[in-house]
Amino acid sequence: MLRKNWWKILSFLFLLYTFTAGFLGNVPAKPILNETIRNLYFHVAMWFGMMIFFIVSLVYSLKYLRHNNSVHDIYAVEFARTGIVFGSLGLLTGSVWARWAWGAFWSNDPKQIGAAVALLIYLAYFVLRNSLTDRDKSARISAVYNVFAFAMLFPTIWIIPRMVESLHPGGMGNPALDSNDIDKRMRVIFWFGAIPGWTLLGLWITNLRTRIQLLSLNQETNV
Amino acid sequence: MTTIRHILTLFKKEVLLEFRQQYSFYGVLLYVASTIFVLYLAMGQPENTVWNGLFWMMQLFICVNAVAKSFLQESRGRQLYFYSLCHPVHFMLAKMIFNAVLMLLMTMVSLLLFMLFLGSPLSHPGIFVGVSCFGAMSISLVFSFLAAIAARAQQNAALMAILGFPLIIPELMLLMRMSAIAFSDVFQSGLLSIVLLLFCFDIMVILLSVILFPFLWKD
Repeated sequence: MLRKNWWKILSFLFLLYTFTAGFLGNVPAKPILNETIRNLYFHVAMWFGMMIFFIVSLVYSLKYLRHNNSVHDIYAVEFARTGIVFGSLGLLTGSVWARWAWGAFWSNDPKQIGAAVALLIYLAYFVLRNSLTDRDKSARISAVYNVFAFAMLFPTIWIIPRMVESLHPGGMGNPALDSNDIDKRMRVIFWFGAIPGWTLLGLWITNLRTRIQLLSLNQETNV
Repeated sequence: MTTIRHILTLFKKEVLLEFRQQYSFYGVLLYVASTIFVLYLAMGQPENTVWNGLFWMMQLFICVNAVAKSFLQESRGRQLYFYSLCHPVHFMLAKMIFNAVLMLLMTMVSLLLFMLFLGSPLSHPGIFVGVSCFGAMSISLVFSFLAAIAARAQQNAALMAILGFPLIIPELMLLMRMSAIAFSDVFQSGLLSIVLLLFCFDIMVILLSVILFPFLWKD
């Protein structure tokens, strides 16, 4: 199924829809946020995408620990890589949003710090992989670290920023995607345009990378 | 009950090793004393927030050194011997308990030295002692697991520090928040929720380490 082209075209169409409807569609007029609420389709969708890819990476890491199949390890790494890319973009779009809504690109907000720390944790995953020369050992140990790093995501991004005072929506207990903040039109574009679009795009990128890695793996084993 | 007996035996082995090869314990103690002295020379007697920050930075570096020494000093031959002898979970738990106790000792010593050299701006010293004990043990748990990972990666202590610093940041944030409460004159009520959160964090780290260590062990 992954070799077909239909879902790639679909991803393109979803993103086209997101961009057009996102910029041209109507949005509720919120104080302070005004037009910047359109960033919802980009910033929040990026973070959703990141979480999805990290979950998939975790699943493949766990599969690797059970079955010791190198293919699972390759999938785990590439999904983690795409997750980091999406996370960095999420942080970037978040800073741009912060510039207009809060006044500065970086205001040491707990959620911003938590997001940056989560990215650092996953970057350390790649440092670990590169420091081990033996491929099987590297795969096993980085799979173990992947599980640990994923478990660390929850306190860092979700729990601590919600507990402390924060400018970011979601501080002091109230949920971030509140039904009062976005209306029906935005919700449709978000759930049926942005999320599928960005996720499928990430899947496309990861798919290409894994195919390259698998080819080089096959080349090595067949030589 | 045999589980606890195994763990205790392994723990006793660690303590015995420490007594015999005293360079590890005294080495870290010397490190603590020298760094605090250097801090005193550099900073004099700083005020509250700086004191707090310096103290936790010190704990971090002490922990990295103490845990690295305790985990990475065993040669591969000896590790193979233990692999054939005991259950990985017992081994990991014994190491974690030992590192926690070691860190506790080191924290007490460093707190004493801090108060001696850098002054004592604490309004609630009792709370701070409790917070630092709890914090030191929490930090040592995370670094124990990372030392186990680094031990597999060609015994590289630097790797443990590299992996460790991002992972320890959320914990440090909680700890600094907790200890800031010990400085202020007004008693704040948020302490219990943070303590509970940190406790749950520790439980999660222990459970993960115990579940994941057997995979690292098979080498």
